[in-house]
Amino acid sequence: MLRRTGQSVVVLAGVSVIVFALVHLVPGDPIRLALGTRFSQETYDALRERSGLDQPLVEQFFSWAGAALTGDLGVSFRSGETVTSLIAERLPATLTLAFASILVALLIAVPLGTLSALRPRSLVDRGATVLSQIGISVPEFWMAIVLILVFAGTLGWLPSGGYVPLTEDPLGWAQRLLMPALVTGVVSGSVITRFVRSSVLEALGADHVRTAQAKGLPTRQVFTWHVLRNALLPLVTVTGVQLAYLLSGVVVVEIVFAWPGLGQLALQAVQARDYPVLQGAILLFAVVFLVINLVVDLLYTAIDPRIRR
Amino acid sequence: MTGQPLPEPAPSPTATDAGIPSTQRAARPRWRETLGLLARNPAAAVSGALLLLIVLVAVFDEALAPTGPNEISVEDRLQPPSLEHPFGTDDLGRDIFSRVILGAAVSLRVGFLAVAVALVIGSLIGLLAGFYGRWVDDVLMRIMDMLFAFPAVLLAIAVLAVRGPGSGNTALAIGIVYIPVFARVTRASVLGVREEVYVRASRSVGASDLRLLTRHVLPNAAPPIIVQTSISLAFAVLAEAALSFLGLGTQPPNPSWGLMLAEGRGFIDIAWWLAFFPGMAIFLTVLCFNLLGDGLRDVLDPRQRTLMAGGAR
Repeated sequence: MLRRTGQSVVVLAGVSVIVFALVHLVPGDPIRLALGTRFSQETYDALRERSGLDQPLVEQFFSWAGAALTGDLGVSFRSGETVTSLIAERLPATLTLAFASILVALLIAVPLGTLSALRPRSLVDRGATVLSQIGISVPEFWMAIVLILVFAGTLGWLPSGGYVPLTEDPLGWAQRLLMPALVTGVVSGSVITRFVRSSVLEALGADHVRTAQAKGLPTRQVFTWHVLRNALLPLVTVTGVQLAYLLSGVVVVEIVFAWPGLGQLALQAVQARDYPVLQGAILLFAVVFLVINLVVDLLYTAIDPRIRR
Repeated sequence: MTGQPLPEPAPSPTATDAGIPSTQRAARPRWRETLGLLARNPAAAVSGALLLLIVLVAVFDEALAPTGPNEISVEDRLQPPSLEHPFGTDDLGRDIFSRVILGAAVSLRVGFLAVAVALVIGSLIGLLAGFYGRWVDDVLMRIMDMLFAFPAVLLAIAVLAVRGPGSGNTALAIGIVYIPVFARVTRASVLGVREEVYVRASRSVGASDLRLLTRHVLPNAAPPIIVQTSISLAFAVLAEAALSFLGLGTQPPNPSWGLMLAEGRGFIDIAWWLAFFPGMAIFLTVLCFNLLGDGLRDVLDPRQRTLMAGGAR
């Protein structure tokens, strides 16, 4: 467990070097690029000094990484706001969408995957396989556009995009959340369905299940106690990975639905050449990814006594 | 539908394993048998045939397209699908059918290039890590972990932010994203092969590392890599479309499916065909690569679950 955590720390250190290097790999002067064509020498010098780009490279890295450890990710080239506050502004929208999507995904995947594993090669199973294959292959942004056309355009039931906080307008919040959560949920759900199916199938074939059936336990009991509990393990892993992916901002879906999340922030930063914001966002995503994976691994050990040493 | 050719590379020619006969390992299907088995899987067979068609369309794009990609004709703007324009026309009167055909070349070229980058670099890293183990393994795989910690689309966006937009850089960006996937798949596969009797036997008679790697390890570790190639092509085409949709990939006026979708988005309520047909093209191509990948896995490597299936899309 210590070794596993240590590995994550090493990887994180490497990640921060890569993120830092990003800005310095940009050909030309990032500040000149950020400011555009018209700016005074004073503005240039001020920004250069404030972002510490006049310091030696190694020194820059350590001051940047050190500040990042205390939650200070620097200042946006564009708005002058701190990167941390920009990210904090976007966090509620991203968290909302990520958790709503995972909910949709699990609501699709667990019943569908279990049913198709219980009746392999049946109509349900074939249908589920086709559906999940389609869900994995369909471009999210295309599905999003089609949904907007149908539900916002033709039917006029839902707003085509945007975000309002839950506390301000609960109904509006739910209406705006529905379509983006559906799009990302269907995609993640398709991935998870296949895992649920294969892990339930594997659990069904286990010796202890046959024993339980042989000693005459009711089917329901065999299923909940012996099959589902074992099938749950891989589900934790794949759900964790999907959550990490959703938290890192589903950029394209956020753009189509005008969802003010982190993905949108990152893309805007790229377009505005606002490198401190881009660095901060990417570093955060990588950290989230590493932490979720670490938690999943530790959780796995906690719920499966066989892995414990 | 038997023995039809596929756009996939056949499992490497050395798969016959002329060296030392292996009794420990179940005989792997050779490429003819692989194709035969694959043809018996209807989904994979149809996908393979359709992909071949798409590749042919992409290769002969200019001969097949009724008009050039950027032939503007204002009086024909926003025409719905008709005999003259099977997929309709866009806001500049450009023929969407022609642009979808020409877009196939762009999308597939970027997809194949990206996967080639990931396949060559990733497999080499995985091969070395798996074969040599110890510190080589530790160092290489930790570096791969670092790359893997970045969300796929964002890493690609970051690479494009540094290198600037365009098709070539898009291919490079997507390729970099998938390097760790190929490294992991290859390493896992190599670990399973490394201690096989035929490898140890060959080593004991003094074969060089290079010979061991190229004659014995790589050919026998290839099946999961081939499956991963097909599945990665699906993701690469999807990623190219997404990046172009965001305005970072292929640049206008070049026709790329993702870019056409982005352009058509603004007209979705008055002219659905602008976004529908490019979207359909992306969807079908990606679906075919996925189904072919599944079919290949059933034939070559039934027990393998690829990393990407659970990973970020």
